[in-house]
Amino acid sequence: MKRFLEKLVESALLISGSITSITILLIIIFLFKEASGLFNSPVVEEGYVLAFNKANPVKKLSSYQIKEIFDGKITSWDEVGGKEEPIELVRLSDLTKYYTEEELGANFENIPAKASELTAKHPGIILFLPKNYVAKNFNGTLLKHETLRPGDFFGGKEWYPTASPSPQYGLLPLLLGTIWVSLGAILLSLPFGIAVAVYLAEIATMRVRNILKPLIELLAGIPSVVYGFFGLVVIVPFLQKLFHLPVGETALAGSVVLGIMALPTIITVAEDAMRTVPRAIKEASLALGATHWQTIYKVIIPYAKSGITSAAVLGIGRAIGETMAVLMVTGNAAVIPHTLLEPVRTIPATIAAELGEVSAGSGHYQALFMLGVILFIITMIISISIEFIGKKKYSN
Amino acid sequence: MTPIINSGRTDNKKRLSQAVAFTIFKLMSYSVVLILFLILGFIVTKGIGVISWDFLTKAPEEGMTKGGIFPAIVGTLCLVLGSSIFSFPIGIMSGIYMNEYAAGNKFAIFVRIMTNNLSGVPSVVFGLFGMSLFVNTMKFGDSILAGSLTLGLLSLPLVIRTTEESLKAIDKSYREGSLALGATKLQTIRKVIMPMAFPNIITGLILSIGRVSGETAPILFTVAAYFLPKLPTSIFDQVMALPYHLYVISTSGTDIETSRGIAYGTALVLIVIILLVNLLANFLRNYFAKKVKTN
Repeated sequence: MKRFLEKLVESALLISGSITSITILLIIIFLFKEASGLFNSPVVEEGYVLAFNKANPVKKLSSYQIKEIFDGKITSWDEVGGKEEPIELVRLSDLTKYYTEEELGANFENIPAKASELTAKHPGIILFLPKNYVAKNFNGTLLKHETLRPGDFFGGKEWYPTASPSPQYGLLPLLLGTIWVSLGAILLSLPFGIAVAVYLAEIATMRVRNILKPLIELLAGIPSVVYGFFGLVVIVPFLQKLFHLPVGETALAGSVVLGIMALPTIITVAEDAMRTVPRAIKEASLALGATHWQTIYKVIIPYAKSGITSAAVLGIGRAIGETMAVLMVTGNAAVIPHTLLEPVRTIPATIAAELGEVSAGSGHYQALFMLGVILFIITMIISISIEFIGKKKYSN
Repeated sequence: MTPIINSGRTDNKKRLSQAVAFTIFKLMSYSVVLILFLILGFIVTKGIGVISWDFLTKAPEEGMTKGGIFPAIVGTLCLVLGSSIFSFPIGIMSGIYMNEYAAGNKFAIFVRIMTNNLSGVPSVVFGLFGMSLFVNTMKFGDSILAGSLTLGLLSLPLVIRTTEESLKAIDKSYREGSLALGATKLQTIRKVIMPMAFPNIITGLILSIGRVSGETAPILFTVAAYFLPKLPTSIFDQVMALPYHLYVISTSGTDIETSRGIAYGTALVLIVIILLVNLLANFLRNYFAKKVKTN
């Protein structure tokens, strides 16, 4: 009986022990499940079609090309692989320019017939029409059921999910925004982090350390939304004044806030690494006549190099995944940034800002989950590389 | 050949560069602490005037430009409680298994890597996951249950790690002594190991409460309500929460300027919770440390 109980408890503990692995597995399954439909989602809004003249050799258009046509940036068919023919863009509402209201019918019952007629007459036409207005014997080619190509997502330069008729799900501006903000953060916080770690591990007396340590832990405990709020009311106006900017919500503001937030992580990991330096090595250096400072930068820092690298990588990981603070201070413009003084939008901030407004299962929803997948993969790579950096240290 | 004994000149130079470097490090360290006090001081001075009994016990009024934050406080308490019920037992059990049963074997190494990975997953990904699994697939809807489970998973690595570390700190001789006296493994854990590790575990649990009460991204799509003056009656209700409330009124409220005061007040309440949690954890750590010494 007693033995049975022991076994029972042990298996209960075993199950609890595997829960983190199960969670990781579930996260992977569910993120991929929700995101998987993205590359099957149509490039044209649900319920609408694009139609061309039959003689038009163009049969396919990418999501980005459609957007450029509707923005008036592509004006000739030869730019998308067709003949040299100006593009004539016709929306449903534009039909009144070609036909009188009587011709279209009192209840618009003639629209399908007229739309078909118009498409046949105009060689350069591109007609954007709700599906139910397409006549059975439609005299033109309909754009084939095109789906979003992976290239449109991974190489897309625009994130504009509400664009009509073709929503733009381009990863690049968000990815670059995330990288800019995170790199800025780590450049700001790494020198400080290492300096504080050296101070705590080597220079400070026990008493000073016992005061500073809990304070730095407290810095780690402040919620990210409070950092965001502080950034919004203090750092953003300050940067705006300092650089005479039209708006203060910039990548730099995000970097400053994230830099502060990453400090405790960097300090703790780097300090731990410096503490593992064997006493004998340190004493040997001192015994050879090196000063304490020489010992620090010629012996201790090189010895703790892998730990310091881990600290930097971990700090970058924190910065990449941080959501609320960044959402509140970076201005959220989904454009490819050129300087740190422009508004940017990061991947996590995009998810947080947009997921609340989309309907489950739509292309936009799937695109946001795909962003989640990418974020997850990035952080996994970071976690695993830290594991690797740590291993290397022990094998040496 | 360079002389073996340094001249006094290079000696002085070395000493000077050390003094300069150490001063710089010291100044940088204190400036980090200064940043902390700047943030805390700013929010305390701006927020203290807003705090009143009414602010803490009334619902928001007039498009969240007046009134209090009571529903958000209650909501955050519900979420902290809900996630703790889930993460504390499982996390502690997991920690015990890792250190007492599986220590050093392949399974433990694998689980440790997974736990580290899980703690590196961004909070917004937890939000996506919680929405997909708990809200949509399990049909809990936006509810305390879905939010608590999401937050529970998020805080799990922290609970596991503190448990493991507390257990690791206990000397092997205690385990061997107990086993030698004829106690089973389970008895040893229950009667000898856990009572000794408990103080440190408690400290970790308290810190995880602090973490959970400040998280925003995981609750955005799993539980948080924009404005909901009535209090929850079941675990399937939505609630307001302090961090989400702060986010809403400081970025997208009906009137951001007039609700700024409330934002400062909310930030202060959040900060006070975090301060209390940290103080309590530190106090307990020191208290138990002393007690163990005198024993």
